[in-house]
Amino acid sequence: MHLTEIVNGKKKEKHFCQDCAQKQELLKQQDLNLTAILQSVIGQHVGGQTDELSRLTCPSCGIKYMEFKAAGRCGCPNDYQVFRQPLLPLLERIHRGVRHVGKVPPHAVLHAALQEELRDLRQQLRSAVEREAYEDAARLRDRIRIKEQTDEHG
Amino acid sequence: MNMDSLPQNSGEWLGARGPEADIVISSRIRLARNLSSFPFTNRASAHQKAEIEVYLKGRLEKLDFTPRLDYISLAGLSPLDRQLLVERQLISRELANSEGPRGVAVAPNEIISVMVNEEDHLRLQVIRSGFALDEAWQDADRLDDKLEEKVPYAFHDELGYLTACPTNVGTGLRASVMLHLPAVVLTKQIEKVFRALQKMNLAVRGLYGEGSRASGDFYQISNQVTLGKSETQIINEIRDVIPTVIAYERQARQTLTRENHPLVLDRVRRAFGTLGNAMVMTSEETMDLLSSVRLGANLGLIDMININEVNELFIHTQPAHLQKMLGKQLDSEERNSERARFLRNRLREIDGHMN
Repeated sequence: MHLTEIVNGKKKEKHFCQDCAQKQELLKQQDLNLTAILQSVIGQHVGGQTDELSRLTCPSCGIKYMEFKAAGRCGCPNDYQVFRQPLLPLLERIHRGVRHVGKVPPHAVLHAALQEELRDLRQQLRSAVEREAYEDAARLRDRIRIKEQTDEHG
Repeated sequence: MNMDSLPQNSGEWLGARGPEADIVISSRIRLARNLSSFPFTNRASAHQKAEIEVYLKGRLEKLDFTPRLDYISLAGLSPLDRQLLVERQLISRELANSEGPRGVAVAPNEIISVMVNEEDHLRLQVIRSGFALDEAWQDADRLDDKLEEKVPYAFHDELGYLTACPTNVGTGLRASVMLHLPAVVLTKQIEKVFRALQKMNLAVRGLYGEGSRASGDFYQISNQVTLGKSETQIINEIRDVIPTVIAYERQARQTLTRENHPLVLDRVRRAFGTLGNAMVMTSEETMDLLSSVRLGANLGLIDMININEVNELFIHTQPAHLQKMLGKQLDSEERNSERARFLRNRLREIDGHMN
């Protein structure tokens, strides 16, 4: 059981055996669920690089590396790119493999370009709403609807 | 799908018509898929979740696929109706208990269901009666292709289908087989089976109840690895190990009837007697007794009831099914006496047909 405390930017690493960890209440027996195991595996793999990693944030969904680590869940598909470095050893450990050799979605190529465009428009829409530029937002919303329709018939 | 007529019948996969149906209850394929242009469900705002639901509902309902899928929005359902869908294994407990826009598209025969806004945007599920993983995979694969025509999936060349949890990434495939193993449990060999399967990197869990002792003696065997192996490889690994587990259970059943015939017969008869006469019956006791009766029916030790009827009782005595059939909400004490009443009536009926 490894505990990394970061206090005022200073990193302190503590190591406990199972018994001590339980005494310290770091590890509650009933909390030994998948998420807890995942977190500890994620923790082991990033060891000394925590500082650098803790600054990683996904530009697409805004999740921070530490949040991903705490939840054991990614925030969006893009996280697999952003957190690639700590994720690969984790995937290796879980699956004993890091390369997909299964099915490939047959229509992916057709979807790709349109999706790129939609993602971009949705991003613009969000920032328009944040700026309270409601006319822009309405215009963007219409464009998204039309694009989505194309997608549906395509 | 009519939520009020649902409790009276039972899904096609429970029909006990599939291969090895005396031991293998069902084979299930689940595929996790996500939309490429939205955050995963856990990070999506209520607004985004609503957008995802509308988007997917439209496409699922218009899908060029047989059987046709009916979409049920869960936010509009009562907790009891949601529980009913859990008991039918059409949705997960997590989806039933989560919040916000979410739902499930269901085929009328209940073999296929597609959850929307579970941990992943899409969870495709195919359940087949008996030992039929390949058939279940063929259905799931076909449905997946049809859906992908209309819905752009989050897919990565190197990592495959991207999922909220890294344990599902790659194929997004969970293949599982549900087995009824009363004799392996009775002869105290279940731990041995557990250890052997875990060594092969397969997961075993009791279907109901916690820990290694599953109430009703139902166990589910599934893959853990989803990345680095193809769908066929994953399915074959499970498919190849199941006959060994089946052989184990058959052998244990033979040993029991050969060496302890009077005791087994006593157990089966007592179980049947209790189910048909008790005044108060918990879910758990019902499962355990039905498990003995199911074993007895399979061994030909009891001829008052057949496997189909036993399977149906497992489903119909669950809390939401009971309440829906009676048309009212019941607390757990009321449920226990209504469950006992239901069992008494039903067994008298069944017994009457047979004689």
